[in-house]
Parts: sequence; structure tokens; C-alpha cells
Amino acid sequence: MYDVIIIGAGVCGCAVARELSRFQGKICVLERQEDVCCGTSKANSGIVHAGFDAVPGSMKAKMNLEGNLRMKELTEELDVLFEQNGSLVVCTEEEQRQGLEDLLERGRENGVQGLRILEREELRKMEPNLSERVAAALYAPTGGIVCPFGLTIALAENACRNGVEFRFNTEVQKIEKTGQGYRLETSKGVFETRTVVNAAGVYADLFHNMASGTKIHITPRKGEYQLLDRTAGKHVHCTVFALPGKYGKGVLVSPTVHGNLLLGPTAVDIEDREGTDTTREGLETVAAKSAETVKDLPYRQVITSFAGLRAHEDGDDFLLGEPEDAEGFFDCAGIESPGLTSAPAIGIYLAERIASRLGLDKNLEFEPRRKGILNPSDLDLEQRKELIRKEPAYGRILCRCEGISEGEILDAIRRPLGARSLDGIKRRTRAGMGRCQAGFCSPKVMELLVRECGTDWTELTKSGGDSWLISGRNKEGIQR
Amino acid sequence: MKQHAIVIIGGGPAGLAAAISAAEQGEKDILILERDRELGGILNQCIHNGFGLHTFQEELTGPEYAARYIEKVERMGIPYLTDTMVLDLSSEKVVTAVSPTEGIFQIQAQAVILAMGCRERPRGALNLPGYRPAGIYTAGTAQRLVNVEGRMPGREVVILGSGDIGLIMARRMTLEGAKVKVVAELMPYSGGLKRNIVQCLEDFGIPLKLSHTVVAIHGKERLTGVTLAQVDHDGRPVPRTEEEYSCDTLLLSVGLIPENELSKNAGVALSSATSGPVVDESFQTSVNGIFACGNVLHVHDLVDFVSEEAANAGRRAAEYVRETSGESSEKRMKCGESRKDLPESQAACEEWTAKMPEKEVSGILDILPGDGVRYTVPSVLHLAQMGETLKIRFRVRKEYKNSCVTVHAGDRQLFRRRKQIFVPGEMEEAVIRREDLNAALPADTITIRIEEV
Amino acid sequence: MEKKILTCIGCPMGCQLTVELDGEQIASISGYTCKRGKIYGEKEVTHPTRIVTTTVRVVHGTAQMVPVKTKEDVPKDKIFDCIRELKEVEIEAPVRAGEPVLKNVAGTGVDVIAVKSVEIQQMEHGIHSSRNL
Repeated sequence: MYDVIIIGAGVCGCAVARELSRFQGKICVLERQEDVCCGTSKANSGIVHAGFDAVPGSMKAKMNLEGNLRMKELTEELDVLFEQNGSLVVCTEEEQRQGLEDLLERGRENGVQGLRILEREELRKMEPNLSERVAAALYAPTGGIVCPFGLTIALAENACRNGVEFRFNTEVQKIEKTGQGYRLETSKGVFETRTVVNAAGVYADLFHNMASGTKIHITPRKGEYQLLDRTAGKHVHCTVFALPGKYGKGVLVSPTVHGNLLLGPTAVDIEDREGTDTTREGLETVAAKSAETVKDLPYRQVITSFAGLRAHEDGDDFLLGEPEDAEGFFDCAGIESPGLTSAPAIGIYLAERIASRLGLDKNLEFEPRRKGILNPSDLDLEQRKELIRKEPAYGRILCRCEGISEGEILDAIRRPLGARSLDGIKRRTRAGMGRCQAGFCSPKVMELLVRECGTDWTELTKSGGDSWLISGRNKEGIQR
Repeated sequence: MKQHAIVIIGGGPAGLAAAISAAEQGEKDILILERDRELGGILNQCIHNGFGLHTFQEELTGPEYAARYIEKVERMGIPYLTDTMVLDLSSEKVVTAVSPTEGIFQIQAQAVILAMGCRERPRGALNLPGYRPAGIYTAGTAQRLVNVEGRMPGREVVILGSGDIGLIMARRMTLEGAKVKVVAELMPYSGGLKRNIVQCLEDFGIPLKLSHTVVAIHGKERLTGVTLAQVDHDGRPVPRTEEEYSCDTLLLSVGLIPENELSKNAGVALSSATSGPVVDESFQTSVNGIFACGNVLHVHDLVDFVSEEAANAGRRAAEYVRETSGESSEKRMKCGESRKDLPESQAACEEWTAKMPEKEVSGILDILPGDGVRYTVPSVLHLAQMGETLKIRFRVRKEYKNSCVTVHAGDRQLFRRRKQIFVPGEMEEAVIRREDLNAALPADTITIRIEEV
Repeated sequence: MEKKILTCIGCPMGCQLTVELDGEQIASISGYTCKRGKIYGEKEVTHPTRIVTTTVRVVHGTAQMVPVKTKEDVPKDKIFDCIRELKEVEIEAPVRAGEPVLKNVAGTGVDVIAVKSVEIQQMEHGIHSSRNL
């Protein structure tokens, strides 16, 4: 019998797990994919929102502000890249100015610090590549950027280090109320637990509706993105938003913590909860919309495109906590933007409620700090020399575009909750994320995975499941 | 800091030929830095034959062609480091490199030869919409998996792009037991050699669909199929021409990009036409003492031409070292000295050029691509450094039948040759003689163009 | 009379050659623009040959595979026979470039030779030297 089972190893599931590991309890995260951070958490803008968008008084508003305030300390504890680069919401016509004023007012009501409206001249100095049409902007100095994979993986590793169990390739199929709590039927057998955290992203309504009579409904809202090479990363310094519309915050242009430039997302409601395909229209929209706020975007530097799904709940707010008719079933549902920003606050909010419901004692051995994968390029020449002398693998660069060494990839495989797939390695080390998109390094990374994990080449995957990479040996298909 | 006369970045065909040629000039202090575990570069995975017809008058496989140069490098005792990645190159020619055995180290080079080669355009650069399943590989990645690792990336294959690597991989996959269903080419013509179309596709009954592209990717985890469609003159898909192919593998052979990240770090001016450095007749870039050759300079279709070009770059680098070691340093002129408007020139180059009083330096000619010509290499000529002849390599913009290539300095024609066909996929050359050029002087430019007759 | 259509590989022109065959004999050949086309057409129709290049498995080597080729041309219709025979071949390192890995492949009288050398894998000093991280 578990005290807590968390469904979903996205950023919220992992944040709850990590905060719960401050308490003594038998906690388990069930994830249907082969790794953490495989759903919405892997395909989003990576923005730490300042908190001026959400309706005052909503859970979104509260969690956003608190998450933003906690992000710096958390990312320091967990050794995750985070940068407070500031956000700009720009208006391209004078008539939209009232929209900026409204946002400013809303932001102040939400408690966001430092907001102010900048005029054309000051903006030009700050961001020379803003479109000529930009008339004014709301500046939020507390806006930032974070690595969404980095944050999710770090939370998971830290939770694991503090005793939380993770089970991958385990899909929850059915939830039933029992006398002591809940009974979960999964693809890997039955689990009994006193409480459940429903952090299942775009599937969270299905699980909620199994446990509660008050039905909720989630719409997957697709967002398409384009990622540009690092040579384009300094095109803007702040995250540049257009004025928000009906479907969210619109297309943004932002540097990433790794120095790339990100354009997107679109916002289209779809039916398919797995519909992460990009579309011709979507990519064209990204290009057209981003050009409205930022000029001279170097589209030739696009290295990849992707789509993510936001879990939009009909009530338009985060659903956090127990439905009235399902005691011990804690929703963490409807987590769309600003979900990544809010995750640290959501983790604390839910963990405290669960711990008090279960009467869990403090875990006195809780270790809040986690060390990320060593990045040799953060070291000076002498330190790096010393590192390679001790560990020669750090001197062999496998991913030439991002400069990732064999040592880093081995670390990604060997650490707790280590990578088992090409995408797992990519999200942990950036190997394969650069301009050649794994053309050169993937055979080498495959070789390392085979060697380290003792698997056969045919068992290697891009991202688990049926995403096999190698069909067999040469000439196996030749008939005698 | 260690010091070397010539540091060569890259131990593929270009780097090897440059090293040998520099050594033959008497230069002893050379170091080749190679990122892979062995010398030879991409030739090691190009196991098909057809290399060396120009250089050795025989048909070799890639490894055999490489071995001829590697053995020579070994015999001449030219130092090299494998498993060594160059991380940075400064405009002062400080090379920062790393290897498991040497650690991280810096070298002050007197001259540097850029020979880093190129990379393949990945799917992301095509903006191919759809899911991102496993099973989409660039042709070169598949080539490495099959030819080096002995592992098949899939069983049923569609290939997008009919460049030579795509064609070669169609045959390789077939011979290793896969079924290659079709090769689709966006352009109305193939970028590959006729010989490869016949021997890699027709021999095995693999259809080639010109003016076609992939418009949809199917399969969420592993590829299950692709949709091809015909494209119009602007490359836009034509509605209702879609055709679905089931396959588990899509190989991309959609272009090569010179790898010039290090060149940019060093402030080397790049050409927007080739994506490689702008070079002069000596293969010297806009930075004094930095030379370039091979696919990092412009993408070649025949390795024989890489070797020839690299040998010239190596010889010129050795001459540079000799001249700058003596009292007459700085007498050489670097690329771009006469140019007023290098489109992508870096700060260092611009600064240098700004200091130069216009036209004070005489005897510098720009080599310009005229009608029908996409680019030329070199694009600058310093008369003082020109030999008896100068070979200008170029590519045409489109297919020309029964036309002439001409080279003019001012009104004077220096070269004219008629050919039955010019295609963009095959690199062309024109040779001008010093004697003829002298007669055309004074002139500012040399123009090379295609004249339809 | 049998008619065969082929593409000349002599140059990028890619002339369409039409060869008319009277049994084994070439009755006519047309469509070529230069002499090379005629020669190619004649050979390609009467006895087309190819060099076959592929890979063979290596045991205990620093590489998994060794690239190989038929030392000379083999008849085009024997390509897959060569491949089928090579499927069964596995050789022990070291391998020297030029050394035969299969003699008289598919009864063609042609040997298959290695085109690259492969050394013996030294477990201690080889590519796995960085295991003890």
C-alpha cells in the first residue's frame, strides 16, 4: 500500500513528488512513457511568466506569482539553468495601448513587481530588433526563461534521491475507490494507495472522471514552435509577447537558456490527445506572427520544429486539490500556461495538503540539493584539463554542434533515473539538439547506450515504445 | 602555449592532401587535428567505388582512396592527433582543442588550414510538417550505421533527395537487405551523377520521382509511411497529386552545409553563395594566414577535386609560413583587401578594409559570377601571387545545353569552352593564363558566365 | 527483334540509347551523341558488369565491419548471388586491406577483397578506455 501515487512524471508530477519527499511516506510516480518529461512538459515555451496575465484571484494567478518568486532559489538548489531576462508585451498599434494598461493594472493586482510601460524610444535601445510597428510595451523584469527538461528531470532526480519510487512504461487504466483509498489498474499490474495525485496532463480529465462524479473536460490545445540555431539566439534579449488574445498569450519570440531562439506557439484546439504533429499552416502562422513583433528573423536558421499540447480545462483555471466527492484524490489538472512557472508552487501547495491529510512526518534526511550533469565548458582551462586527466571521457566530444562529451552522456545514462533513449540523452545533455540534429552523434550515442545498458541495438529507441531505431544487422533481410 | 607552423583542422581528404603538399614544400612543423578515431574523414564510411578516377586513373572505394593519403602522411612522418576536437579558433590563430589523452590545450599557429568538411541538412531545416517519429535519418547517418556499425536503420525505405549520397544509399540499403521503394527529388532534375542514377537506382528497379517531395510524415513512434506529392515550379505541392507510401524509414539527402562555426569564431568572412569562406587564388581567407579547402570551402561532388584544391592550399600555406617567418612579413595580401562590400564580412575584416585607402593596392581583381553562374572559387585574385595559370571552379545556376563558358577581364575574353551540357550538380572549371590576363590589364574584375548559343 | 532502352552514364547529358538486338547480336544502336555513348551501349547490352561493394562482419576487431569489394567487375545479374554468399562470411581480425575475404564469389572467378584494414581489439587500451568513470 502506497501513501501517495502520482500519475504522470511531467513537471507538476515531479514537483509534487519532490515536495512530498520532504515527508516520510511511500510515494510512487507512475509514468506511461519511458522517461520523465515526455508530454506537455517537454514541448512548451520554457518561459517563467511574471504573472500579469491571469485573472486576479484565480489559482493560475496565485501559483504563477509564487512559482515565479520561488524559481531562482529552486533552480539554484537543483542546478538548473534559469535566467531572468525580462518579458515584453508589445502593442503594434496605438489603439492597443489600452490593452497594455489593462495588463499593467491586472499585473499590479496580482502582485507582480516592477511592471512598467516603455515607449518606442526606450524599447529601441533595449531591443533593436523589435518590429518598426511596435508602439509601446509592458515590461516585466521578473519574467524569465528556464530549461523545461532540465527543471523536470532535476525535480525527479531529487525526488528519487529522497526516496520516491518511479515506474516507467506503466499506464494507469482504471481507478477505483476502496475502503482505504484507491486501487489503480495499470499496464504493469495493480497498485493500492491511500491517495492519488492526478498530474496526467491532457489525460487528467479521464482520471478525474473515474474518481469523481463532478465531471471535468480537457481540450488538448496544440501549439507549434520553431527553434532556431544558436547563431540566432541573441536576436532578442527579452521574451517578446504580442498582446494576449482569446487563445492565450499568442506567438512569442524568446531566447532560450541554451542560447537558441524560440518562435511560437500557435493555439489550435484539437481532439487527439497525442496530436503533436506540426502542420504546414501552423508553421506558416508561427513565421507570420513572430514577424509582427520582431523584424529580420533569420528563418534560414531554423533547426527544428515541434508541437506541444496544453491541457485546457473548460473552467479556464488550474484544478488543484480534492473534488468534494473524492477524498484523497488530488487533482493537478488543467495545467496549461503558466504551468511550468507554477510547478514549484503547485508542488508545495499539493504536498502540504496531502501530507496533512495523511499525517506524514517530516523526512529529516531530506536533501534539497541536486547536482546536474557536469558541463565541462563551465570550467576554466585548468579545471577542465584536470577533469579530463581523471576522466578521459570528458575529452572526447561526441556531439560536435553542442560540444557534448562522452563523459556527459555517460553521466546521463548512469545517474538515477538515467537516460535509456536518444531523446532521454538529448533532454539531459543537449547531445543531438544542435544544428545537425543528431546526424553525427546519434550512431555514437547508440553505441554508448548498447555498451552501458547491455541492450541489443534492436532494443534501442528514440523515445521508448515502438520508436525503435535499428531493425537488425546488415543482410538479415537477404533471402538465401 | 604550444606553437606550430601549420595547424590543419580536419584529417579528411582535404586536410590530408593539404598536409602532404605543405610537407612536400619542406614544411616540417605541421599538425593535423582530427575529431574522429582515425584519419580519412567521411571517406571511411563511403565504401562504394568510383573515387580517384582523376587522381589515380583508377576506381577506388572511399577507404582505399583515403588510405593512399594516410599512408603517405605516415610515411612522411607528418604529426597528427585523432579523437581531437577543435573547440575554438581565434583571429590570432590560437587553436583550442580537446582530446581524451591530451586534455584541453591551445596552440599558437602561424598558419591554419580549415578542412572541417560539411554537414547534412537535417529534417528540421526543411520544415517538413508532421510527427517526429523514429526512422527519419539523414543519408549520411544511415551510411555510417550500415557501413561502419553494420546495423540497418530500417526495412522499407523512401529516400528524399537525389543527391549522390541519397542515390548511393539506395543501393547500399538494397544490397544489405532493405526494400527501397522510391527516391523523390524536389527539383525537375537530379543533383546526382548519371552513373549513380543508373547503377544505384535503375539496376535495382528503384523509381526516381522528379519534382516530388514529402508532404506528410505518418507514424507517431516509428515512421509508418510518407505522402509524396508533385510540386510546381516554385516547389509548392500540387493539390490532388498526393500518393502514400508505407515505409519505416525516410532517408534525407537534401543538401550539405559547410561547417564554418570555427571560421566564424576567427572572424573569417563567409560567402552567402557557398556558405564557405571567401578565398583568393591562394585559398587564403579574409584573415591573414587562415586558408580553407575542401567541403568547408564549397561542397564538392568529386573527392579528386578536393584533393587537388587542398594540395594548392597546403602549398600556399607553406609559402605563407616561409614568407612571414622572414623579414618580408606582411607583404602578402589577404583575401578581400580590395573589396568594398563583403556581404558577410566580420568585424576584423571590415576594420582592416576600412583602413585601406581605396584602390591604393593595385593588382587585385574580383572574380565575379556572371550570367548563369552561382559562385566562383576563388573570388579574389592578387595578381602578384598568381602563377602561370589560375583554375576557377564554379557552379551553374541551372541546366544549360550546348552552351559556352567564358571568362572575361574587361572586354577581353580569356577563356571560352563549349560543352554539350552544364548542370548545377557538377562542379565546372575554367582556366585562365597569366599571359592572357596581362594583355587585358588594367582591369578590376574577372567575370565568368555561361553564354547560350 | 528485341529493343532495349538505356541511359548513357558517360556524362550529365544522360543520352537515351536505343539498342536493337537480334538474338545476341546488336542490330542497331541510336540516340548517342558521342563515341562514348556507343561504346557504353554496346557493352551494357551485351555483357553488363559491376563492381560490388558491401560489408562483412569482423570478430575481435576494432571495427564491427570491414568494407569489401569484388576485385574486378562481375556480371550484373550476379550481384545478389555475391551478396548472398557474403552474408555467410565472417572474418577474424586482423584484416589487411587487399586481402581476399572470399575467393571466386558466386562462381564468377572473381575474389572479394577487404578495402580497409581492421586491427585486433585490445580490450585494455582500445576505445573502451574510459569505462571506469
